[in-house]
Amino acid sequence: MAAPSKRSSRPTPVRKAWRSLTWLGVLIVALFGINAAGVIWGDGSWTPKLALDLEGGTQIILEPSVADGESVSQEQLDQAVSIIRQRVDASGVSEAEINTQGGQNVVVAIPGELDEQTRARIESSAKLELRPVLLADAATNQSIDPSASPEPEDGAEEELESTPTAEPTDASDPAWVTPALQDQFNTFDCAAVDESGANVAPADEPLVTCDATRTIKYLLGPVEVGGEDIVDATNGMVQTQTGATTGQWAVNIVFNERGAEQFAEVSQRLFALNGQTPRDQFAFVLDGAVLSAPQMNGVITDGRPQVTGSFTQESSKALADQLKFGALPISFEVQSSDTISATLGTSQLQAGLVAGLIGLVLVVIYTLFQYRLLGTVTIASLIIAGVITYLTITILSWREGYRLSLAGIAGLIVAIGFTADSFIVYFERVRDELRDGRPLVGAVEAGWKRALRTVLSSKGMNLLAAIVLFILAVGSVRGFAFTLGLTTVIDVIVVILFTHPMLQLLAQTRFFSSGHPWSGLDPKALGAVYRGRAEFRKPVQVPATKVASSSREAQRRQTIAERKAAQVDATVGAGESKES
Amino acid sequence: MANRLTTFGNDLYTGKRSFNFIGGRRKWYTIAAVLLILSALVMVVRGFNFGIEFRGGSQFQITGVAEATQDPAAQAVEQVAPGTVARITVVGDSGVRVQTEQLEKTESEELVVALADAYGVDRSEVTSSFIGASWGADVTRQAILGLLAFLLLAGIVMALYFRTWKMSVAAILSLIGDLVLTAGVYAAVGFEVTPAAMIGILTILSYSLYDTVVVFDKIRENTAEQGEESRRTFAESVNLAVNQTLVRSINTSVVAALPVAAILFIGAGALGADTLRDISLALLIGIIVGTWSTVFIAAPLYSQLREGEPAIKRHDQRVLKERERAGVAGASTAVTAS
Repeated sequence: MAAPSKRSSRPTPVRKAWRSLTWLGVLIVALFGINAAGVIWGDGSWTPKLALDLEGGTQIILEPSVADGESVSQEQLDQAVSIIRQRVDASGVSEAEINTQGGQNVVVAIPGELDEQTRARIESSAKLELRPVLLADAATNQSIDPSASPEPEDGAEEELESTPTAEPTDASDPAWVTPALQDQFNTFDCAAVDESGANVAPADEPLVTCDATRTIKYLLGPVEVGGEDIVDATNGMVQTQTGATTGQWAVNIVFNERGAEQFAEVSQRLFALNGQTPRDQFAFVLDGAVLSAPQMNGVITDGRPQVTGSFTQESSKALADQLKFGALPISFEVQSSDTISATLGTSQLQAGLVAGLIGLVLVVIYTLFQYRLLGTVTIASLIIAGVITYLTITILSWREGYRLSLAGIAGLIVAIGFTADSFIVYFERVRDELRDGRPLVGAVEAGWKRALRTVLSSKGMNLLAAIVLFILAVGSVRGFAFTLGLTTVIDVIVVILFTHPMLQLLAQTRFFSSGHPWSGLDPKALGAVYRGRAEFRKPVQVPATKVASSSREAQRRQTIAERKAAQVDATVGAGESKES
Repeated sequence: MANRLTTFGNDLYTGKRSFNFIGGRRKWYTIAAVLLILSALVMVVRGFNFGIEFRGGSQFQITGVAEATQDPAAQAVEQVAPGTVARITVVGDSGVRVQTEQLEKTESEELVVALADAYGVDRSEVTSSFIGASWGADVTRQAILGLLAFLLLAGIVMALYFRTWKMSVAAILSLIGDLVLTAGVYAAVGFEVTPAAMIGILTILSYSLYDTVVVFDKIRENTAEQGEESRRTFAESVNLAVNQTLVRSINTSVVAALPVAAILFIGAGALGADTLRDISLALLIGIIVGTWSTVFIAAPLYSQLREGEPAIKRHDQRVLKERERAGVAGASTAVTAS
């Protein structure tokens, strides 16, 4: 773009313009720097990652782990697909594809490779239960009978008494520990937790299980609070009372009213048992294994417990997501995992890109035809928007797992229209001001004030659409919303930090301010000067003299127009003569 | 030196030349109504050709393939079930997965044979199964929920911004019209409705509303700034605003439509990228319809909603009376299409 050839008597817009352009430069350099840092020190890249349809990925076939003879219903499968989709979505905007196969399996196709983290995120049922601890002991991994069933009912291997001698009064009552259960607990092998994917007991029965590291075994009372009462779950660092972080990751749970009430009851009872370890402990049980079994150190009535365990940032986030979207109705196991190719041939992508490019060239030609040299500002703005979009998408695909699908690319191409419209609205407003007889510099400032309002309100509508759909929708609609929001924000940044400053600077040049015919801002061609406001009123047939008083706005313009009109009275020409 | 559209723009701005968008609203409403009824009819009669992402379909898995490429499968599908859109994926090193719409039993058996032959493997290496929809009911439900929430919020935001709920009503009604029309064209053309097409339609919704807000903002400017002292009737002010933004509307829709049209006609038509055509069709129709409806439906609708207001009625009557009193010849040409 042409640099301003002279800085004239109006320093304020010029200085403002340079300040804006500097900010834009800083922004681009910063994005560039972040990306470069990602490439050098992280696993970033200079190109964005592509989605399933363009790059392929991994196909995971999940098989429900149910006991022999049992089958899963279509309803359970659909529910599972819905929950898995939300879990996958929560990990980023990668647009996974999830469907059922043969009325039995769930197929998850994700771009990229399947890592342990994703695998756990997808397949575990994430059924959370809060149970009080009745007995705890170091794990003995030398059980003679590995088939020892964890279920207490049919766990009576011998003739031991399996019904409580006295009716337990609450979940912490030691009366739950029947001789049969005691025996099962004594012989329990922690390996059994891993073995059967279903170490479960009915909610109103005790459960024998181990902790995540398989070093402590527990005999737990019946379920006190269930995962279905969770309304939200987030991950975060554990904080001490002084607000310092301990560096330990935890999952913060928010219960609904019922859950909070039940939890308050439990915490009251367990707090009263303080000192009678392990009966003052309660256990967070996830899919049959104990995540953590902290002591109740106070009465918690707000229904917001915090679960700790051997979490990393990723695993705590995964668990929080799983808890938030609810437990799967059935557990799944990965039956097979294969790499899959893109469904769209590379030839198709190329054809699309070539077509898009041709379309862009057409846009350039049209813009130049419409706006002459001013069109180059549009083109430069589009290029700047393109650069920022590319860098942002590349960074997001590195940090947030964003992936570009064909629909996403089409969305970006349509965004050209949205983006160019900001410039068109702006230019047309400037032209309108010129038509009213303002000199260029004033027209640019006045036109900008009006255009910015229009641009912000209409872009605000786009942003609203993007945010609402991003929050509420799932799957590929979410990816679309993300792209829409991103391009909208970038568009506003470019029009404020580039297009307007450029026009401010160009308005100072002789080429534009003299209204060169090729500038696209030729007042004569725009019908200004000789026409003025008077004829603006023509269609309603009001004499020019009356118009002056019509409004403050009109009056202001009228005087300028009249003054101009007096100067160039004779030059009735160019625009008029061309009219058909 | 000005090109014709610039001159045209000048004339529209000053009002020298003016299209009577508001006055001719009966005509536009009738055209819109006819188009909407046609769309609805086509949708009911022809229905939509939903892709396998929505309906589920048949899947064929070929294993133990020496050279896993996509072409033999494409030919086999074309041979057995011509015109079927197949999604062919290479799985691992030696597997090929073919997904098609739900095939008849005989067709499906034929395709197993054809696929086995195409890849030179034993028939037992080809398994067929049914796959469920990847765009399940839950995705649709959430998308619709999102859409409704958006429309509600957009209506409220617009009402607050423009300080009148009537603009919201006009904008959203014309938006719904766009949606029906786009869907109608889809049903008429019979292109497969894929997730990409749905995304295209969502894009259109936001484009259409965006376009309406741009024009409405000019209407707000014209009607608010001129206020009580205006020498124009309300309808004339609205009409002038639409005319003044007409060049913008044309330029914007051309700039937005050019790349999309290129993808549709060159990409999908000439270069054969089939998968691009569904999304680009939705976008192209939407851009055209969205621009059209703002000018011909949303603006007249808004004017009509406001004209009945007592203050505006009084103002309009005064303007007309004054005009009569001024006795200027040809007062009837207040808003003239030329």
